[in-house]
Amino acid sequence: MLELIVISTLNGVLFGMLLFLLSSGLTVIFSMMGVLNFAHASFYMLGAFFGFQLTKWSGFWPALVLAPLLVGAIGMAVERYGLRNTHKHGHVAELLLTFGLAFAIEEIVSMIWGKSPVDYRVPTLLDFPAFTVFSTNYPAYKIFMLAVSVVIFVALLIVLKRTRVGLIVQAALTHPHMVGHLGHNVGRVFMVVFGVGSALAGLAGVIAGPALVTQSDMAAALGPILFVVIVFGGLGSLPGAFIASLVIGLVQTFAVALNGSLASAFGPLDPSAGPSVLTDVWNVTIAQVAPIVPYLLLVIILIVRPMGLMGTRES
Amino acid sequence: MTTTNTSTSKIADKPAGDGMRFYGVWLIGIAALIVLPMVFSSGGSLTSFSLIGIAIVFALSYNILLGQTGLLSFGHAVHYGLGGFAACHMMNAVVSHGWPIPLPFIPLFGGLGGLVFAIIIGWVMTKRAGTVFAMISLGIGELVASSSLILRSVFGGESGITTDRTALPKMFGWSFGPQLQVYYLIAFWLVLSAIAMYALTRTPLGRISNAVRDNPERVQFIGYDPHVVRYLAFCFAGFFAGVAGGLAAINFEIANSAYLGAIQSGLVLFSTFIGGTAYFFGPILGAILVTYLQLGLTSVTSVWQLYFGIIFIGIVMFSPGGIAGLVMMHRPLVRAGTLWTVIPSYLVAVVPTVALACGVILTIETIARYSGGDVINLFGIGFRPTSPVTWVAAAVLVIGGAFVARLTWRRIADAWDRAATVARDRGYLA
Repeated sequence: MLELIVISTLNGVLFGMLLFLLSSGLTVIFSMMGVLNFAHASFYMLGAFFGFQLTKWSGFWPALVLAPLLVGAIGMAVERYGLRNTHKHGHVAELLLTFGLAFAIEEIVSMIWGKSPVDYRVPTLLDFPAFTVFSTNYPAYKIFMLAVSVVIFVALLIVLKRTRVGLIVQAALTHPHMVGHLGHNVGRVFMVVFGVGSALAGLAGVIAGPALVTQSDMAAALGPILFVVIVFGGLGSLPGAFIASLVIGLVQTFAVALNGSLASAFGPLDPSAGPSVLTDVWNVTIAQVAPIVPYLLLVIILIVRPMGLMGTRES
Repeated sequence: MTTTNTSTSKIADKPAGDGMRFYGVWLIGIAALIVLPMVFSSGGSLTSFSLIGIAIVFALSYNILLGQTGLLSFGHAVHYGLGGFAACHMMNAVVSHGWPIPLPFIPLFGGLGGLVFAIIIGWVMTKRAGTVFAMISLGIGELVASSSLILRSVFGGESGITTDRTALPKMFGWSFGPQLQVYYLIAFWLVLSAIAMYALTRTPLGRISNAVRDNPERVQFIGYDPHVVRYLAFCFAGFFAGVAGGLAAINFEIANSAYLGAIQSGLVLFSTFIGGTAYFFGPILGAILVTYLQLGLTSVTSVWQLYFGIIFIGIVMFSPGGIAGLVMMHRPLVRAGTLWTVIPSYLVAVVPTVALACGVILTIETIARYSGGDVINLFGIGFRPTSPVTWVAAAVLVIGGAFVARLTWRRIADAWDRAATVARDRGYLA
């Protein structure tokens, strides 16, 4: 039992940090431009596939640098040639643009790399067990993932809170015109922020690709959870996104690991009752419920606290 | 989102001639629905018409949210799917209990299925509009779609729930076995729902929904609660989506978890938006186009969804009013008699634009078939995906086409401005 708790906690924190890496980019872009980037998970997927392809050509370490740069460049192009032109039609049009983009990216990826998972392996340098807990080997690669996520998180906080660049970014967030009058190119600031956000997603893709499955529906599987994270945490709140990422990461990992059901806790129902919703609910295991747990959390938070954990306003 | 008035907003205070024209359009539509299967009587076209009819009801119901109330939902298929399941369960119950309910009433129960879910979940969902609503609808959609695989007794797991439409009591001696009879059933419900949904836009609720879309704060000042208005609109949309789902259940005699999923929600969003949300007939156009493309393209290319994505992105970027918006843009020019000044520039632009489109298609197909090696057949010319000639042709078409097309589009814009200025002078354009 203790083993399960330790391993699940580690995995949960890992998944949570990965979620945060993605939702931080999404949150910064959202609070900056008011655009909810539907294609964010698609950039994550692009990162994974670029990472896979570049690893094949040049090895993992160059890929770790190049793939996020590529994804960032794509992100900047999307902002410059897509979102900026759509801005005049309002936020819904921008949201729809990224929605169409997410759809198109998924199709392009499955067109080029196929629909089945690609063989994206952990680099040999990190392919060893880091330590052994209760006879289970914990892979070094996961520690590496965790380290990268923590480093990015700290770096992001420092850049945003402690540097001049962060100052300008935060000011452009609330007072774009004032920042413009001070001589900063607000359009370029937006473009760079969008690019950095996309690059973060790409980085998450490169490092998560070998550990999770790299295939063309990974964006569609993760995208909705990202939105749950940022609604749960409170829209536009970076600390909120952090807490929500960890909560959802942990809850989901524990749910997957647990195999209990109401039937195993209280005994099976009378067999004569026949199949019904009740028997379904009674017999379903916690592991089976795991995929819907984030959405249940979403519904609960909306009823209890509509602005999210750390959110400040209703809409 | 453009916040144009609905096309019909002036009809109420127009003289009788316009009223005649208004009813004329509806009567022509109904007549076309009756005559269509007589002209195109093959099994394939009947199936297509049935699917298009279902898609139209679904898209119109979606537009109650998106176009009327300004709520962008990514989970509208939930109501559609639940309506489908409700209809299937009802049909099975009618058969097993021997209730005297004939098939034509079943879509009503589908509608109730969609409505009940909207009533339960809508109050929480419609608390907030805009982006937040969009995300929440996505989350709820995923929630229901994933739960449907867990609650096997209700949703039948992966295989879904089957039913037999012919086992229900007959009506007018129709067994609804042949597709033709199902087509007429769908057409009947299409007309009924379309009239009901159109009527809804004319009610005070429909009008206040438009106000909520445009300026919720002001609506609050005049004493209405935008939350309640959004909730009511959400319930109506849920009901009609359920009707569409019920029709689909009757048509396919099955309901499964694919009805509820994100793909179905995405399709209805595509249909509605591509058609145009600002006019009542927009979603109808969109549903016809998207369903037709879907049916037509699947047999031609393996990546038809990519073409959807590209068309959708193009519409969002260049014509947020959709196809209906593009068409209605020309109305003042037609009235002012200046349309003929624009047409030559259109004709000039057609050639490079088509070349550009061909280049994009060729590029996509080349990449898609690179490993397979099928020959791409474009206007009777065969291109081999592995030969460099194909790549050069694709590159020339895309780059050259884009370059020339941009010039011609600029000419269209100039000609358009001139024509619009004249139309404005003559008082046909605000």
